[in-house]
Amino acid sequence: MNKLLMTLLGGSLALTAATSASAAGSEDGYGISTDYDTVQKGRYIATLGDCAACHTKEGGKPLAGGVALATPFGKLVAPNITPDKATGIGNWNFQQFKSAMTEGKAPVGHLYGAMPYTAYTKVSDEDLRAMWSYLHTVEPVENDIVANQLPFPFNIRMSLIGWNLINFNQGEFKPDPKKSDEWNRGAYIVEGLGHCGTCHTPKNLIGGDKNSQFLKASVLENWTVPDISPDNHKGIGEWSKQDLVDYLRDGKNKFDIASGPMAEEVTNSSQYWTEKDLQAVATYLKEGSDGDHQTTPPEPIASDDNRMQPGGQIYADRCAGCHTPDGKGVEGLFPRLANNSLMRQDDPTSLIRVVLAGSRAGSTDAAPTGPSMPAFGWNMSDEQIANVLTFVRNSWGNAANAVSPSDVAKLRDSMKND
Amino acid sequence: MATKLPATDVVVVGLGWAGSILAHELAEEGLNVIGFERGPWRDTAQDFNIASAPDELRYSARQELMLRTRQNTVTMRNNTSQTALPMREWGSFHPGNGTGGAGNHWAGITYRYDPSTFRLKSHLIERYGQQAYNDSNLTLQDWGTDWDEMEPHYAKFEAIAGTSGKAGNIKGEIQEGGNPFEGPRSGEYPNPPLKQPYGPTLFAKTAAEMGYKPYYVPSSLVSRAYTNPLGVTMGPCTYCGFCTNYGCANYSKASAITTILPALIRKPNFIAKTNSEVHRVTLDGSGKRATGVIYTDASGRTWEQPAELVIVAAFILENVRLMLLSGVGTPYDPRTGKGTTGRNYCYQTANNAQLFFKDKNFNPFIGGGAVGMGIDELNNDNFDHSGLGFFGGGSTRVTPIGAAPIGNTPVPPGTPKWGGQWKRAVKEHYLGNMSVGCEASSYAQQGNYLSLDPTYKDPHGYPLLRMTFDFPDNDMRMAQYVTDKIGEIGERMGADQVVKTPRTRPWNNLSYQSSHMTGGFLMGSDPSTSSVNKHLQTWGIPNLFVVGASAAPQNPGFNPTGTVGALAYKAADAIRRLYLKNPGEMIG
Repeated sequence: MNKLLMTLLGGSLALTAATSASAAGSEDGYGISTDYDTVQKGRYIATLGDCAACHTKEGGKPLAGGVALATPFGKLVAPNITPDKATGIGNWNFQQFKSAMTEGKAPVGHLYGAMPYTAYTKVSDEDLRAMWSYLHTVEPVENDIVANQLPFPFNIRMSLIGWNLINFNQGEFKPDPKKSDEWNRGAYIVEGLGHCGTCHTPKNLIGGDKNSQFLKASVLENWTVPDISPDNHKGIGEWSKQDLVDYLRDGKNKFDIASGPMAEEVTNSSQYWTEKDLQAVATYLKEGSDGDHQTTPPEPIASDDNRMQPGGQIYADRCAGCHTPDGKGVEGLFPRLANNSLMRQDDPTSLIRVVLAGSRAGSTDAAPTGPSMPAFGWNMSDEQIANVLTFVRNSWGNAANAVSPSDVAKLRDSMKND
Repeated sequence: MATKLPATDVVVVGLGWAGSILAHELAEEGLNVIGFERGPWRDTAQDFNIASAPDELRYSARQELMLRTRQNTVTMRNNTSQTALPMREWGSFHPGNGTGGAGNHWAGITYRYDPSTFRLKSHLIERYGQQAYNDSNLTLQDWGTDWDEMEPHYAKFEAIAGTSGKAGNIKGEIQEGGNPFEGPRSGEYPNPPLKQPYGPTLFAKTAAEMGYKPYYVPSSLVSRAYTNPLGVTMGPCTYCGFCTNYGCANYSKASAITTILPALIRKPNFIAKTNSEVHRVTLDGSGKRATGVIYTDASGRTWEQPAELVIVAAFILENVRLMLLSGVGTPYDPRTGKGTTGRNYCYQTANNAQLFFKDKNFNPFIGGGAVGMGIDELNNDNFDHSGLGFFGGGSTRVTPIGAAPIGNTPVPPGTPKWGGQWKRAVKEHYLGNMSVGCEASSYAQQGNYLSLDPTYKDPHGYPLLRMTFDFPDNDMRMAQYVTDKIGEIGERMGADQVVKTPRTRPWNNLSYQSSHMTGGFLMGSDPSTSSVNKHLQTWGIPNLFVVGASAAPQNPGFNPTGTVGALAYKAADAIRRLYLKNPGEMIG
């Protein structure tokens, strides 16, 4: 891996000249609009894009930056995007904003892939202009952020040119004429503003999306980001359009309740999407972008397996009170485990994580309860947790690889440093 | 010296059931509301973790959810000839603390009072004559409201709490399987009844054979997953047996924290100030207008929070104490029977028959505070009291709350208190033991009242509340009568031994009886004998509302929480519908 990276970094050094950002330029025909409808539209676009997720720190001023992202390469801190002249984007012009959004080129230099310009490149000019106008209505906040806190050599922004060569396809969204308008709107949001793939698409060794496996699950910050392709076993194939809409709008549906980073997404972004956009996204996710999504599920691990039996006993003793003996759970409160693709992801990181450390669901205006999964790390061993998860992953219509005690031990250890 | 803060529209003192309901309803109206709570913020996700919530030592023995007596307590005596002493440990009753208040550790039993309760004095005089009433030596009063006015608010509270049960009377039509003594309900309970363990089942079967009409105890431990009108979701009761005295880890027991606060706390115009203890309501120079409250925050700083509207909903004890400390109304004088603040303090007369069976297994660890079956023939004025020498009665129930190991070592009388014989007896009787309770009325008499203690003070230097109470002769005769009746049912159930325990005098703090204290700031239609009108608005101070069981002129044979919830919705409705349009006395 290091060798590959160094090759890429080396290659990028040769291309420095192409990236120097121009100074604040002349009027480019895209001035700031103060028209109410444009600004409101821009606010909505910013909500769809969930800018706040990274650019608004909890308890901080809106969009003033400061959220730290732990990447596999080190720490990046989201910058201040309020219109403050000294520390925000107050001195930028539209063209610079557009370059940052669609090409990852900002006046400060090349942006890292954590800023999802690889997705935002698909955003239309009109939407960018509305967003640009909206950003100028936000309270300017003086907040100087050192965005790049990566270690050498990743802290060299020029290395990103090579990265782009491999991972970036620039260009505005092109509708697929064979698909419906609704599907295309969904694609525009999922692939573009919604930047779903930023988390849900598996990453290559240098952190770029594996686009051939779009939305097919990843692991970020000790969470499994599940497969949301239409795959019937691991993806959302068994969810109806309405299930998808319910989940995105309310943070819950009959299968699951959003927790972890997805709870933040629902809380900050998708609970505010219009019904039409929710439907469009559901249509796109259900249909997917290509052919057959039927996979043959694996055989579940036999119930008399020496991990399944103790796992079942632990389930009855510790889990069944809420998740119910048949694994069906309680809608909106205790997630359903039975026949649930989230239990069947190849990577069990999230499952181990919530048993070890607990988790609190997001809460929305429509579903304010915000229930929690308690932590069991303090009174269950690695083996007990592994067994009960193996049991859950192979009961009531689920089938997936077993969880090993060493998987649990590894995550337990890694979370000590969280 | 209190630092004055910027004014707000509404302050609500107490974030238990009543305060949370009022705060939510008024925040819905768009008003800026600040809710004060002397205890901590509590919330199911953080405080009642399923892995640690069922802890008998922590919650039942050490009373973690109760008010700390170091922070505030009451002094007690049985009559005016005694000197009251402070309760340093809760025994007879359990005042709550923190958001959710006593609604966190309650049992979940959610009755509506029957129609005669709201006009008890008039009803008894009409039925038994003035002379019989005079002979009772009671100081009963009507509520100044009636069933029809209360019904919609009961229905609203039940919808919020997800109350599970079977109606006995829908719009005047008696329903099979319900309590036929209920007032006419506008509709069925929001959820079906809970399932019943063996004890209540055997009781109901026997009672029916004896001609009684058994019904499901109305329960706000919900029987199925339920999302209330505020969008808050509750989970089905698991009959875990860690219920009364505990917070619910399954989101099954209705309380302000499981039904209202998750929606309320999202509102930008609502602020909860926890660990903030209100000391008094401030009045303007004329004494006819409340101007706000004085409180001390967690850091020990004292503040004045001005407000246009002051709602006091701090449990009966603190409601009355705050009114006494604030100089609202005339303190009640037990010698003359005059004065209103502290008047008609009542309690609950809890009676019991314990049944020991040799050949039965009740699995008593299965249960919940409101899991059970009841009969209502022995309650209130549901039976003819002519010639009995008393009024009143109680709801008779078998409600196995769960028999956790520290507190449940049932042995028949005569068993040694310790040693091998005691251990054998516990083992022999644990599974085959159950009890029939009769939660009976407590009627007012002139000498029972609440006042400020002349000696003992809280840590801020304010006098504690003093409780002067003993059970009236009337209630002692009633207790004997109903306990004999429930004993008969126990015999018919085939118990090998029936141990009858009617409530006896003097009232004391040695063992738990009930947290159903009532009165002291009564609702009524006559300002000379009541403190608030039927809208819970204080006579003479129209922007001060005092809400809770303090409003009940006497206590019927029912648990009061359903009525506290209904009164809170009633007050909120009057404020929203009438008061805000025309602030002033709603009843002249």
